[in-house]
Amino acid sequence: MDRYLLIVSTVCFLVAIGHTALEMRGGIFRPMRFNFFAVGLGFIFQTAFLSIRGHALGRCPITNLFEVIVFVAWSIALFYMLVGPGYRLSLMGAFTAPLVVLLQLFALLAPIDKPHPVRLRANSWLEFHASIALVAYGAFALACIAGVMYLVQERQLKTHHLHSIFYHLPPLTDLFAAITRLLWWGFALYTLGLISGFFVGEPLPWIQITCAIGVWFLYGLILQGRYLHWFAPKRVAALCIIGFSAALTLLWGITFTAQTHTP
Amino acid sequence: MNLFCVGLSHHNADVEAREYFAGHVESDRALRNCGCNEALVLSTCNRVEVYAACEKRVSTDEIARCLVRDDLPHRFAPPFYRYEGEKCAQHLFRVTSGLDSMVVGETEILGQAKKAYEAARATGAAGRYLHRLFQRAFRVAKQVRTHTEITRGAVSVGSVAVDLAHKIFGDLQNCKVLVLGAGETSERTIRALVSRGVADLRVSNRSPERGEALALAVNGRAIAFEQWLEQCREVDILITSTASEVPLLWQEKLAPMLRERIDRPLFIIDIAVPRDVAPDVNALDGVYLYDIDSLQSIAEQSLATRRAQVAAAEQIISQHVAEFGEMITLGLNCPVQSSEHPTVGIVEQGS
Repeated sequence: MDRYLLIVSTVCFLVAIGHTALEMRGGIFRPMRFNFFAVGLGFIFQTAFLSIRGHALGRCPITNLFEVIVFVAWSIALFYMLVGPGYRLSLMGAFTAPLVVLLQLFALLAPIDKPHPVRLRANSWLEFHASIALVAYGAFALACIAGVMYLVQERQLKTHHLHSIFYHLPPLTDLFAAITRLLWWGFALYTLGLISGFFVGEPLPWIQITCAIGVWFLYGLILQGRYLHWFAPKRVAALCIIGFSAALTLLWGITFTAQTHTP
Repeated sequence: MNLFCVGLSHHNADVEAREYFAGHVESDRALRNCGCNEALVLSTCNRVEVYAACEKRVSTDEIARCLVRDDLPHRFAPPFYRYEGEKCAQHLFRVTSGLDSMVVGETEILGQAKKAYEAARATGAAGRYLHRLFQRAFRVAKQVRTHTEITRGAVSVGSVAVDLAHKIFGDLQNCKVLVLGAGETSERTIRALVSRGVADLRVSNRSPERGEALALAVNGRAIAFEQWLEQCREVDILITSTASEVPLLWQEKLAPMLRERIDRPLFIIDIAVPRDVAPDVNALDGVYLYDIDSLQSIAEQSLATRRAQVAAAEQIISQHVAEFGEMITLGLNCPVQSSEHPTVGIVEQGS
């Protein structure tokens, strides 16, 4: 039953993509109020899915790779709802929806929704540690999306070939400000998640700890480079994309080891 | 009730002809005296039009007489056009949507139409017929702007530069601008930037007198020509338009300065011919170089896009015209009296 909610949610995000594609085909881009509502509706169904799954498990629904991916997709939609309208990044929905659809389609189609071999005991610190780190992934994902938008806009300005999308993308400086803030939000939440890991009261596999610290160092380096002027904004935008791709891969590693490791 | 429009525009009359008929304060009263129950004069630099509703037919000649200035030369008969009923509505919808403008898609006309309507309403010259017509016209214009790209992009070099600056920096209020060379085009570009909030303007010119004069005119400050390069460390926008035969700025010269401002973009508008800035400067990170050709090409691209949107706009208009036509047949119609014909020299169009 809960999977149907996730399917409906995916359809909502697909509708947002379809709407954007149609607008692109017509050569017209307008401020995406429609996209905001489509993503918002998708977010409600995601929340319903996670809520039902959470009640069934009696804990935060991040016990296998399937749930972890859905939780990351939910975090992305959450950050879009918070950040998109706030920073007037009207087109962010058009860029957010494909990433969420990709994650949810993978979660739905791949045979990864396997119950954890052992029913996990509720551990509020462990749940807080894992969930806050995944919410941080939402911020990193949005920073990655803003990075893509930055590179698209920058390329058009450099090459002097202005597509219809150019007139609806935010200014470069606004995008860069959004990237910086999202990186800070992600980094702060991830740090909180790491610190809370020390209070879990259970031994965690060393590979998990290494991967988590690796992601923390990666984003710390991007922020350091941004403030010490090591990287130009274009490089920061590109690093946000590379960073999130790496973080997503490491997340898979962390979840995989967590599933095989039973405390 | 007979609803019609009589007018002159840039399509059929030159500015000299339009000048003689530009609306004046007494127009509304004069029009009502000649038999119009409701009358509104839309007078802009590109058109002089009267929209009116009356029970009996008022000839184009009579309307022209109400508008004309006393000093009209003898035998001067400009070709007025006349649209009635649905055609009148269609014409107004096209006008407010910017389809009839000299620059397709310009939005200034909508504001002018709103002002004219407000003025006529305040004096009681516009009643319920013109109210319905104009409210519908404003609705159509809004719909056309929302559902098509008719207003997209800038169509002049100055406004393209401003649009690009906005897409790089967002709010232009805190931008620092250096103008190198006090030419006419750079002055126009500065004025366009000032209109969008730019306050920090610096002008540098080989001849200090001209530089100072331009600085004074745009409320900026003059910089000695020898110091312009140093300013590149600080400024966000550089506009160059000198008469130099060789480039004044190239990659090796600019690159060291950019290291200190790695997170701040530099937008260079090179309007000079021959160019003041070597093209390889565009390859530098954070530098966006546009010369006169690239600005003009964007302006032309925007104009082409606007023209391509005309068909979509016409479709929206035709739907509204049909709806408005039904309204006319239900209550706003008045048979045209065949005895009235335009006098010699007055060309009528539409039905």
